[in-house]
Amino acid sequence: MIAAIHDPKFVWFYGGVLFLLLLSTFIGGILRSRHRTDASRTTIDNLNARVRAWWKMGAIFTAAVVMGPIGSLVLFGILSFLAMREYMTLVPTRRADHRTLFWSFFVIMPLQYYLIGIQWYALFAIMIPVLACIFIPPSIAIAGDTEHFLERASKIQFGIMVCVYSLSHAPALLLLKIPGFDGVDARLLLYLVVVDQMSDVLQYVWGKLIGKNKIAWRVSPSKTWEGLVGGVASATALGTALWWATPFTPVQSAAVSLMICLLGFAGSLTMSAIKRDIGIKDFGVVVEGRGGILDRIDSLCFAAPIFFHLIRYYFVPGQSLL
Amino acid sequence: MSDRIHPIASLLAAVARGISGVQVQWAGCEPDERQRIYFANHSSHLDFVVLWSALPSEIRAKTHPIAAKDYWEATPVRRYLAQNVFHAVFLDRGTPSKTKDSEEAHFVGRHLIEELSDALGREHSLILFPEGTRGTGEKVGPFRSGLYHLALRRPDVELVPAYLENLNRILPKGEFLPVPMLSLLTFGKPLHIQQDEPKDAFLERAHEAVASLRRIGSA
Repeated sequence: MIAAIHDPKFVWFYGGVLFLLLLSTFIGGILRSRHRTDASRTTIDNLNARVRAWWKMGAIFTAAVVMGPIGSLVLFGILSFLAMREYMTLVPTRRADHRTLFWSFFVIMPLQYYLIGIQWYALFAIMIPVLACIFIPPSIAIAGDTEHFLERASKIQFGIMVCVYSLSHAPALLLLKIPGFDGVDARLLLYLVVVDQMSDVLQYVWGKLIGKNKIAWRVSPSKTWEGLVGGVASATALGTALWWATPFTPVQSAAVSLMICLLGFAGSLTMSAIKRDIGIKDFGVVVEGRGGILDRIDSLCFAAPIFFHLIRYYFVPGQSLL
Repeated sequence: MSDRIHPIASLLAAVARGISGVQVQWAGCEPDERQRIYFANHSSHLDFVVLWSALPSEIRAKTHPIAAKDYWEATPVRRYLAQNVFHAVFLDRGTPSKTKDSEEAHFVGRHLIEELSDALGREHSLILFPEGTRGTGEKVGPFRSGLYHLALRRPDVELVPAYLENLNRILPKGEFLPVPMLSLLTFGKPLHIQQDEPKDAFLERAHEAVASLRRIGSA
């Protein structure tokens, strides 16, 4: 993927993102120094926390592109690891889950990324939803603790699906053979991440500016209909404007961006509901100071696999929907 | 006692920090080279290494764990780790409690405290887990009296409480392989023994000093 550096479109795209990050860091710094109320400080702190997490993701992404597809796998693997680490810290597991968790971290997760590396698509597709999900419940049962058994099994299954399986579809994009798009598919990964993250933050910003009607106040007080419409519309517009970096026509790019935005919304809404359910206050203190990777990738978790399959079925020759 | 950090110790400290993703908070004091006894709750084999790794390296070189003799001398690997890698001070934890109240126990106990006091010397610090054994991590167990006798013997040494959280989920008792969740380490305000303070009152105070540092589930 060193080729990406010699790809002028990628360089433009990448440079644009870098510029945007610098700009938002700069603006964030200014806003922080002149906030007036507590409410505005909370908002600015939230935005600055996003920018900080993006720098981290940006660094990972840059290293991934420089190192090529294997680098992307390793580095998205690290992202999966960090996300699952936050998730498992938050989810109350029991002593009897210990070995199953060990397997999840040190066997299932690396195996999933390894399968992408050797391009064994069929096994990559079923590894976690079929094999791991069958493996997890009996491996907990064998430890002999029946307390909250179904909950514990489902929590681990869901965590590994979201943090590992879903996210692994992002670097898997680099392995798709799209005609006329060979060697420059790093742009596709960047496109997915940028549209998704912009949608996430623009929904937040629009919500803060004009948000009134909450979508599900019990799940997330910051998600409003105005924010959703404004954020999705502006991020879709951005995605459409980026069509030149993708194999899509402008119309296709609009449709794909819209899909990424809506799935991104679904992903972060789901994760908010989970946090409310497990009582984030308990273990939130542990995760707060550590990156908050889970908060950033929650919107990517539903978008990545569907984006991957959409591209695979419609833009890679020889794939059928059946 | 050697003041050089064994390379394996540095390596294990780095690994423990990586696995435990520990966030360290000096809530009640700052890192300092003065002589201290760090005492903390105990729920995992990682406890000592994580606490030790949280100290700046010049302090680390002079800070030693107190290791239960029966456990840490049981196999050659354990003994090597305790003795050569971490320069532990061995403590015979079985004897005093088993032969409680007898004159012999009193003698043995005093002898042990003297050993620990000697280990402190003029410049060393110690890490002690006053519960004496690893618990489940749900609550802090009762403290044994070693801390009291040591405090009485060496009133010049600062007693620093610390709380290690979530390590019981990372490497619980009885498990060999860790699960890399995130953890917290909080150092509290140093404690000193007061004049004529009764043993139970002091131990209760020390226990509370550790337990009150808990951050998970307290908000």
